[in-house]
Amino acid sequence: MTQADLAVAASEPGPGVAVAVPAIAGRSPWRLAWERLRRDRVAMVSLVVIVLIFASAIAAPLVADLTGHPPDAQFRETGLTPDGLPKEPSAEFWFGTDDLGRDILVRIAYGARISLLVGVVATVLTIVVGVIVGLAAGYYGGIIDTVLARAVDVVLSFPFLLFAISLVSVTGPSLWVAIIVISMFSWASVARIVRGQVLSIREKEYVEAARSLGSSDARIMLFDVLPNVLAPVIVYSTLLIPIVIVTESTLSFLGLGVPPPTPTWGGMLDESTAYYRQAWWFVVFPGAALLITTLAFNLFGDGVRDAFDPRSDRLTAG
Amino acid sequence: MLAFLTRRILIGAFVLWLITMLVFAIFFLAPSNVARTLAGRMATPETVALIQHRLGLDLPIWQQYLKFLGNALHGDLGYDYYHSLPVTSIIADAFPKTASLAIGAAVIWLVMGVFNGVVSAVRPRSWADRGLTAFALFFYSMPTFLLGLLALYFLYFRLTVAGLPLFPPGGYVPITQNPAEWARSLILPWFTLALVSAATYTRLTRASMLEVLGEDYVRTARSKGISERRVVYRHGLRAALTPVVTQFGIDLGTLIGGAVVTETVFSIDGLGREAVTAINQQDLPVIIGIVLVASFVVILANILVDLAYAWLDPRVRLD
Repeated sequence: MTQADLAVAASEPGPGVAVAVPAIAGRSPWRLAWERLRRDRVAMVSLVVIVLIFASAIAAPLVADLTGHPPDAQFRETGLTPDGLPKEPSAEFWFGTDDLGRDILVRIAYGARISLLVGVVATVLTIVVGVIVGLAAGYYGGIIDTVLARAVDVVLSFPFLLFAISLVSVTGPSLWVAIIVISMFSWASVARIVRGQVLSIREKEYVEAARSLGSSDARIMLFDVLPNVLAPVIVYSTLLIPIVIVTESTLSFLGLGVPPPTPTWGGMLDESTAYYRQAWWFVVFPGAALLITTLAFNLFGDGVRDAFDPRSDRLTAG
Repeated sequence: MLAFLTRRILIGAFVLWLITMLVFAIFFLAPSNVARTLAGRMATPETVALIQHRLGLDLPIWQQYLKFLGNALHGDLGYDYYHSLPVTSIIADAFPKTASLAIGAAVIWLVMGVFNGVVSAVRPRSWADRGLTAFALFFYSMPTFLLGLLALYFLYFRLTVAGLPLFPPGGYVPITQNPAEWARSLILPWFTLALVSAATYTRLTRASMLEVLGEDYVRTARSKGISERRVVYRHGLRAALTPVVTQFGIDLGTLIGGAVVTETVFSIDGLGREAVTAINQQDLPVIIGIVLVASFVVILANILVDLAYAWLDPRVRLD
């Protein structure tokens, strides 16, 4: 927190209350961060893009209805050339068709569902596990900390993709396996960040005060320590979502994510590898969808970071 | 120093041992049908049992594991289930391909990332900084396989169709056979890997450099009248490189452990691709062999990183 934040925090009656009493100038750090974020044009544009991507994921059935092309329907007559190759973009198929004569536009809209679902769920799971481990390791210290810190080191030094492939080959690919595999290998960095923060927070006077008032460890961790590590955790989560989306699409590309015929961006790009010579649209449109999504999340994440820590260095241009 | 090395090597050996146990456990839990597949569809249960016995799959898991461990300590990683090739020779065949790919890419991304990061940090908020940062963020958001596919489409296919066959679509030519062709066959995979990774290094170098350039000793160096170039490169960069080196060790280690995606896109039969094939066929000896080599490289890279720390930053003591 900066000096100004501290002054504000000291003058306000409690978190949340300040927002309800607009006449008083006290603004919570959360509100300050939001106000800074709102002034960040790049971040706001990215947010709009993200909202649009969510909207298209939700409206995917609508897209299918409007075009009259269900996501898994194979239009062998109208959607393939006489040689059985994908058809280029036209009035009928805006983004062209794939090797089975399916509408790429509709499949991209449905693919957004998988990317966003995995992106959000795996990130939440990662954060929950990472925060619990980090809190416990940092707060209790001693043997618990040593064991957990070693576990973090081991996980971080694993050749991730090889282990992911091994696990998937045993369980068979599915949506939940993808989510769990991704979370299993991402929680460690969250735990490391949280632990570092907790180490300094647990020495603070207000923690000592809570303890002397007889608060239990669980209560202190939940109500005194956790709220103070939330800011870095939120920043990290927004930057984790694009990483998770890339990982999911990579797993799908390798045939280890959500199995076909469910449309996923990575899976579509995998199918396109045999046809990229004849059908550029088969690579370019799913690729663009994926890239625009990860870019939007990264730009927004950078904005969130700047908003929470104005001294941090701007990483985005503009 | 010696004590440090001994301790790190012992810990490394322990982690490797842990990993063999883990891989063994994962695959023992899976329903294995290797013998079935090998025996063919018409095979009698006796034939299947015979093959099970020949592969040693009828033993209890702990006996299989002890046998494996005993052989491994003598440098024998066993034979693959399907062609009875020694696992060591499969790895010896795949390793140079992956190493060529990984090391070449690493050199490119390190030079590019550090240079761009320094340029950005020396003139923060300049147009060069903004341009390089946008460039970095763009490739940071790019999945490796997507960049690989785009490179194949535009730089191999489009160029070749246009009558400019500069790059082959992939494959691998040993450096001993023809160094020029070796480099030509690897140039697209190198840049695919390098551009994605360089982005991380640009961001890392920039942040670390900005911090270092604000330190007192840099101001002291400047006030002594040392040239700006010398201040930036000798005094600033050296200290700023520490986080870069950490990341580099981890990345290079994982990469040699298997650049699975790049190898798949560009059809290079390196360790990653061999591992994927082996996993799909439940070829346990090959999987364990490759995972062991991969983890070994990661552990080695981590030890080298710690040694590099002490060299870069005189304040670090190894003990």
